[in-house]
Amino acid sequence: MSRNAFVRPACMTSARTHYCPGCGHGIAHRLVAETIDELEIRERTVGVAAVGCSILIYNYFDIDMQEAAHGRAPAVATGIKRVLPDRIVFTYQGDGDLASIGLAEIVHAAARGENITVVFVNNANYGMTGGQMAPTTLPGQKTTTTPRGRNVHLAGHPLRMAELLATLDGPSYLARVSLHNPVEVARAKKSIRKAFQCQLLGMGFSMVEVLSSCPNNWGMEPAKALEWVEKNMVPYYPLGVFRDAMAPASSREVTENRDESSPKREG
Amino acid sequence: MRQMMKGNEAIAEAAMRAGCRFFFGYPITPQTELMEYLARRLPEVGGTFLQAESEVAAINMVYGAAGAGGRVMTSSSGPGICLKQEGISFLASAELPCLIVNVMRGGPGLGTIQPSQGDYFQATRGGGNGDYYLPVLSPSSVQEMADLAYKAFELAERYRTPVMLLTDGVMGQMMEPLDFPDSPPVPGEKSWITDGCKNRSRRLVKTLYLDPADLEAHNRHLQEKFEQLRASETMSETYAADGAELLIVAFGICARVARTAVDNLRAEGFPVGLFRPISLWPFPAASLQNAAEGVKSLLAVELNAGQMVEDVRMALPGRKVDFYGRMGGVVISATEIEAEARKVFAGGVS
Repeated sequence: MSRNAFVRPACMTSARTHYCPGCGHGIAHRLVAETIDELEIRERTVGVAAVGCSILIYNYFDIDMQEAAHGRAPAVATGIKRVLPDRIVFTYQGDGDLASIGLAEIVHAAARGENITVVFVNNANYGMTGGQMAPTTLPGQKTTTTPRGRNVHLAGHPLRMAELLATLDGPSYLARVSLHNPVEVARAKKSIRKAFQCQLLGMGFSMVEVLSSCPNNWGMEPAKALEWVEKNMVPYYPLGVFRDAMAPASSREVTENRDESSPKREG
Repeated sequence: MRQMMKGNEAIAEAAMRAGCRFFFGYPITPQTELMEYLARRLPEVGGTFLQAESEVAAINMVYGAAGAGGRVMTSSSGPGICLKQEGISFLASAELPCLIVNVMRGGPGLGTIQPSQGDYFQATRGGGNGDYYLPVLSPSSVQEMADLAYKAFELAERYRTPVMLLTDGVMGQMMEPLDFPDSPPVPGEKSWITDGCKNRSRRLVKTLYLDPADLEAHNRHLQEKFEQLRASETMSETYAADGAELLIVAFGICARVARTAVDNLRAEGFPVGLFRPISLWPFPAASLQNAAEGVKSLLAVELNAGQMVEDVRMALPGRKVDFYGRMGGVVISATEIEAEARKVFAGGVS
């Protein structure tokens, strides 16, 4: 018996994405969409789109969404979640949005343990504006605003967001995953699913940092770009789980689709 | 029940009674009592008070909360309102209702914590990027702080727009007796909120329109709304205007001081009246034109270098309008206004 192994997740629209060939957003979108389908939360999920290449994510997700100002997605998500504590609220942000202009918003949402999920796509540059230096651009990496390579003495050092947020007490789940091969994609899926589960259980802030490629702005073939992620990004941004509040009770069955996911402290 | 309250607290209590259940804000003088009051009171009625990490975050929380269907507000003062302008432009474009309170202090920059009306331009000309306005209401008593907080939520939801209550440090700090209005405004139609697409097609709250034709159409829609507001939602008051030869035009705290000046001048036999715009945007131009009919001279009085006076002059083309203002946190006294008025009469009311 044969089955169609590649079907569009039910919560995605049939719109063709505007992403460049080899871009990781398509995969990351799919992992989020599959998670929403599997957890059966489409009708009670509100997504927040962030400024960057993925701003048009709402064209591809058949769910309620709000579009945030640059960097403000965690603040917008906070507003939504405080009004609707039983809805599932997630942001989908890039590295410039989350780690540069929106650094205060992400750090404080994490510190508050805001019961939201953040999908953070790190592709080491500003994609939408044409490949400028991001806070996650690697030392020595060439971008349009670091044409001779990022000189850390002039342009500073990259931010490791998962580790940075792991210094805080608020988060329930923090992980870094990568999309550079199918095994890692499968791991990424598990992490994203777990992050949403944390929210369903009312455990507080969860974030998955997703290392992704940007072949067009990097000036590479898609396959070469995936190799570059593995050889250059992964050593600087180690993959792994930096916080897992579920871990001590890992023997416990995770109950999915719980109706209540109220904030874990008083508002 | 009549009670004594500070202006800032009156706004807070009125907003709560008007059904506001969400407050996101950041401390700044001279509005802090407002948020402190709500920090105490909102949890008592099941509401949410959240002190945000910044003014920028606070206004974006307001955006998310309003888009999710909450009756929501924030408050600040000049330097903080500047930071909120990003969010206010987004709220106006996404047509999200909320109340924003600006308890004005002297500027520019950090300026002073003393009262001022220097944010009139910023408030009545939109303040952020793009073509938009928001209704701006200016109370002149603690009672009106409460009444206009109600009115603000009603306008916000009827027109799907952020509304600003523009007041100042004196109004915010002063205590007066007041009565609270009875019942909260009826919630507006909320068929646009993002609360999960259960049994309906999905909804978006957004401000990006990449196609110029789409963005122009969206702008035209907004402009139609502003036109409707101009036509139907101006508010103003006249005082002792019958037979006045000199009409003083002032709003907020200045109008209050001017009222005393008018009483004193009338007692001396000077035919002086007062016109007080309550909605600063939309500016009550037609009402001012009516009030100015038969008046020989006009004098605008403000705690700034002359901002509202431009709207007065636009409403009365060809008419001479004198201006008297103080800046930097200095509050005008009735004696000063009286002296200015006497000068006008001495020069021959023209």
